[in-house]
Amino acid sequence: MSVKPPVEDFATDWDHTDAQWVQDPYPIWEDLRSRCPVAHTDRYGGAWFPATHAGVSAVANDTENFTSRTVIIGNGRPEEDALPAPIGVAPPITSDPPFHQIARRLILPAFAPGPVNALEPRIRELCVKLLDQVQGQELVNGGVDYAQYIPAAVISRMLGFPEKDDDIFREFVHIVLEGVDHPVEQRVEEFAPIEEYFTTQIEDHQASPRDDLTSYLLNVELGGEKLAIEHVFGTMLLVLVAGIDTTWSAIGASLLHLATHPDDLERLVNEPELMPFAIEEFLRFYAPVTMARLVKHDMDYLGVPMKEYDWILLGFPAANRDPAVFKDADKFIIDRMENRHLAFGLGIHRCAGSNLARLELRVAIEEFIKRYPRFEVADSRAVTFAQGQVRGPRNLPFRVLA
Amino acid sequence: MKVVIDAARCQGHGRCFSLAPAIFEFDELGNGVVIGDGTLNEETIDLARLAQSNCPEHAISIEESA
Repeated sequence: MSVKPPVEDFATDWDHTDAQWVQDPYPIWEDLRSRCPVAHTDRYGGAWFPATHAGVSAVANDTENFTSRTVIIGNGRPEEDALPAPIGVAPPITSDPPFHQIARRLILPAFAPGPVNALEPRIRELCVKLLDQVQGQELVNGGVDYAQYIPAAVISRMLGFPEKDDDIFREFVHIVLEGVDHPVEQRVEEFAPIEEYFTTQIEDHQASPRDDLTSYLLNVELGGEKLAIEHVFGTMLLVLVAGIDTTWSAIGASLLHLATHPDDLERLVNEPELMPFAIEEFLRFYAPVTMARLVKHDMDYLGVPMKEYDWILLGFPAANRDPAVFKDADKFIIDRMENRHLAFGLGIHRCAGSNLARLELRVAIEEFIKRYPRFEVADSRAVTFAQGQVRGPRNLPFRVLA
Repeated sequence: MKVVIDAARCQGHGRCFSLAPAIFEFDELGNGVVIGDGTLNEETIDLARLAQSNCPEHAISIEESA
């Protein structure tokens, strides 16, 4: 981690890797909404942060003025380290129309409710197994012992990677998401093991195809031709990055909420019919993901002078707490009936894995509170958060209560 | 009264068929589809309104006259 000057004013010098933002960004965003809805920073070569629902929606729905060619803010000049549109490094999240729709249609059937819901028994079995492993302990780590394993195992099985590699796999996610502030040369070096591992897996799947997502991507045809290897690789990278850290964060944040709000925990244990609404409220209140866009050309937009190649950070979690759209936006209401949250984004880039994420989140919470109807945080100072564009608790020391 | 999904707006968030599976289903891409012709009765109107008020893309509308 390079040493950077601390942020003086988030309106003019914001940084999503700043310790204050990582630990508790909500007061920062509330402040920005009230006095400077589109914050700027010179860091990362120039970037903007719209703090309102209206600002986030406008940019998310505007593929004319913004490109998704890179969606993770870094120190590198984006025009140098990004593949040109339309494919981008990780299609379809890094693709623009019209290629975006083609790439997205390829993967959507794999993440549609039909095939995803069929995974429920396996996910439940996995959760039960993880809980069995810590059975009888007074202290259980909801992050390290539980939340982190669930999506990694689910995604790895989907891609058809061996179970023994799950730890390596999780490390890759960490490399991609938490090293955003490293210099470009270091980033290239850090990515090497991921490339190597994926190449080995691709070769293995080419030699012996099987019923998994990797084989599907290698064999699916687009206009009579198989996908370019870069496309297969990019989509695998996307599934790895987008499918693990995100859901892990959502599960962890939800468990942390329940550990610190015994009334909500008790209601959820006693009124399981609240679960569908509780899940959406967890997603609204603790949305883990922010995504970036690049400005295509110099323009005045949302009342600010944007320059070509400026970054825009889409603060879906900030939009989810905008009182202009959500009644009692700053209150967690476990049975909130009306909840048009943007945890999975908005517009053509709606998270392709949202059905899977919801299923994992629901099953993970159901099994955890079934095993532990009462638990609390054992040491709040030990609760740490991941930094970067996917934010969520990592270390969650819980004490099991009788 | 009828419920309608604007297919051009729907992005497959899946809120409608999760909240109101009696009224909505999904296609192979996971986008929401109205079951049948979408005619609502006293029992289904509230569910349709619930789905409408949870669609992040504002893709669901309820037409008063049939």
